[in-house]
Amino acid sequence: MRDVAVVGFAQSEHSFSDLGWTEADLVMPLVNEVLGATGLKRSEIGFTCSGSNDYLVGTPFSFVAALDTIGAWPPIAESHVEQDAAWALYEAWVRIQHGDVDVALVYGFGKGTVGDQVGISSLGYDPYYLAPLVPGHVAMAGLQARVLKDAGFDVDPDPTPPPATDGAAAVVLAAGDVARRACARPAWIRGLDHRIEAHGIGTRDLARSESARLAAQQAGVGAGPVEFAELHTRFEHEETLLRHELGLDEKTVVNASGGPRKADPIMATGLIRIGEAAARIHDGSAARVLAHATAGPCLQHNLVCVLEGER
Amino acid sequence: MGNRCAVIGVGQTEYRTKRADVSLAGLVREAALRALEDAGLTFADIDSVVLGKAPDMFEGVATPELYLADALGAAGKPMMRVHTAGSVGGSTTLVGASQVQAGVHERVLVVAFEKQSESNATWALSTHSPFSASLVVGAGGYFAPYIRAYIRRSGAPANIGMMVAVKDRINALRNPYAHLKIPNIDLAMVEESMMLWDPIRYLETCPSSDGAVAMVLASERAAQAASAATGRRPAWVHGAAMRSEPMGMAGRDSVDPRAGRDCAADVYRQAGVTEPRRQFAAAEVYVPFSWYEPMWLENLGFAEKGAGWKLTEAGATAFEGDIPWNPSGGVLSSNPIGASGMIRFAEAAQQVRGQAGEHQVEAAVDGPRLALGHAYGGGSQFFAMWAVGANKP
Repeated sequence: MRDVAVVGFAQSEHSFSDLGWTEADLVMPLVNEVLGATGLKRSEIGFTCSGSNDYLVGTPFSFVAALDTIGAWPPIAESHVEQDAAWALYEAWVRIQHGDVDVALVYGFGKGTVGDQVGISSLGYDPYYLAPLVPGHVAMAGLQARVLKDAGFDVDPDPTPPPATDGAAAVVLAAGDVARRACARPAWIRGLDHRIEAHGIGTRDLARSESARLAAQQAGVGAGPVEFAELHTRFEHEETLLRHELGLDEKTVVNASGGPRKADPIMATGLIRIGEAAARIHDGSAARVLAHATAGPCLQHNLVCVLEGER
Repeated sequence: MGNRCAVIGVGQTEYRTKRADVSLAGLVREAALRALEDAGLTFADIDSVVLGKAPDMFEGVATPELYLADALGAAGKPMMRVHTAGSVGGSTTLVGASQVQAGVHERVLVVAFEKQSESNATWALSTHSPFSASLVVGAGGYFAPYIRAYIRRSGAPANIGMMVAVKDRINALRNPYAHLKIPNIDLAMVEESMMLWDPIRYLETCPSSDGAVAMVLASERAAQAASAATGRRPAWVHGAAMRSEPMGMAGRDSVDPRAGRDCAADVYRQAGVTEPRRQFAAAEVYVPFSWYEPMWLENLGFAEKGAGWKLTEAGATAFEGDIPWNPSGGVLSSNPIGASGMIRFAEAAQQVRGQAGEHQVEAAVDGPRLALGHAYGGGSQFFAMWAVGANKP
């Protein structure tokens, strides 16, 4: 595997109300900011990948307009995941591993304020039996919180979601010497893995998160102390469960940034965790950190990224 | 370009107007199981799953990879969901191939689908966010002006589109999975069909299909093992690339997009292709409206600018021609949108594997042994392509 680092990170000022900004308005300043901070030119970007979701604004191809803002001329090598942009970062990291691309731009954006979050999350459940009941992510989280409470964990069984948020984030990845040139203290990706599990929550033990545990194991979380962890916890009880499954002890500071409960621009929230964790390496305040992103009901899909400073 | 990658299994469903006999999960599983069977593997052998489809509004299920994880045997594994508009089937394949080429995984299952009968594609393509105008014209209304521009620029005779429609539909008669099978199709039948978006007639458009396609992509070691076990040869990836350009940009040429030219050039460079018409034995190219064959013949360098229609007119792209385009019947005969790009990639692989059945192009087995898979999307600004071959790159 090639050494690849997060060398730049920018996020918008997140808003709890619709300010009339399009996704493109949100993304463009961030791309300029990360390129400016790293000193990299647009022409040096070998791959671009983004994450977003059409249902947030109720229109198909919401990523198309954002592409217009990033200066995709001459034409660029580019892809998009209809997921949190943390998975776009994963795709970009894989692409850099080929050896012929050294720099990747990753961005994600979401306008959570203009839609009905419970309705939208219900549309992600199976359409024949579950979605027509409009269960939504909050009710599902409530079931998990109750299971955890009954299992003896000290959690609130009646979870409240974070407020709907508009926002975006951008990250630049670079390999080897390019990373050292672009960043005084690159945040090297020492482990990156993601795992999904069964969709039906009736088929899972909700007091556990097998996929989070597996992803953490594959990413090598246990190989050393984790000083800071940025966890994609939209509900308080998820931190309790994730600390356990990711193998974090009480010394690990979780969500020093405020975390998703303070800003949840859905589809960028997970990427922001990676950016915030990397920022702890960039500013020299940590040597080894963890970032986590999730999707689906009750932590169905989990991504874990371990970042380290120069040894 | 990283490690070698090969296609060791391909599975398709029948493409039809409506698959009321299966759920979404049943549909994707059908394709996946066929691909695994072809590869001589089971879900347990798969390291990672990559799912692709066009907008979620086509079925009304948001982020369906979550719901489909169980049906695709992905529990406990990495799973991703790609969406790059109409090119998504191609992009999904390339994201899966990338995981092999990067040395991250040994065997990757890529799956793409659309169950268009669950919604209305033209409606789903016509809604816009509140701050932009909607023309409510669907894909045909969007592309018709560019087709008119092509005809005006190239001086192509009016019957070229009809010739493509007849050719691809005749090819479809050889393909057991094809959606549209019109036994007596001829130019007169196409000409008599209703004009939808001038100059696009009803029989010059793609159908709206339900269907799914899957492939198992493998590392060199895994490909050799699969080949030894099944006796079927792999299709090796010789070149792969994606390109995107802005939708709104003064001077952008939607008839002959630079992103398409650049994407092809990148694939050809990797695969050592300098004369595509001679070096490819077959091409599966995304032609949802008949006139896109002559347009893409030029964009992909099979013909000089303005001369694409001459290849079609001369029969060069017919099944018996020197460079058959869409021997499977193409998008004009089967169009589950999110899957359509991957079907092109898969059909190209089947050609060089010698597994294309009645629509097998012999030159793909005995001749140049390279085939092209192509997909495009959005307003002709997203492209994904690969060149696959019978021999190791």
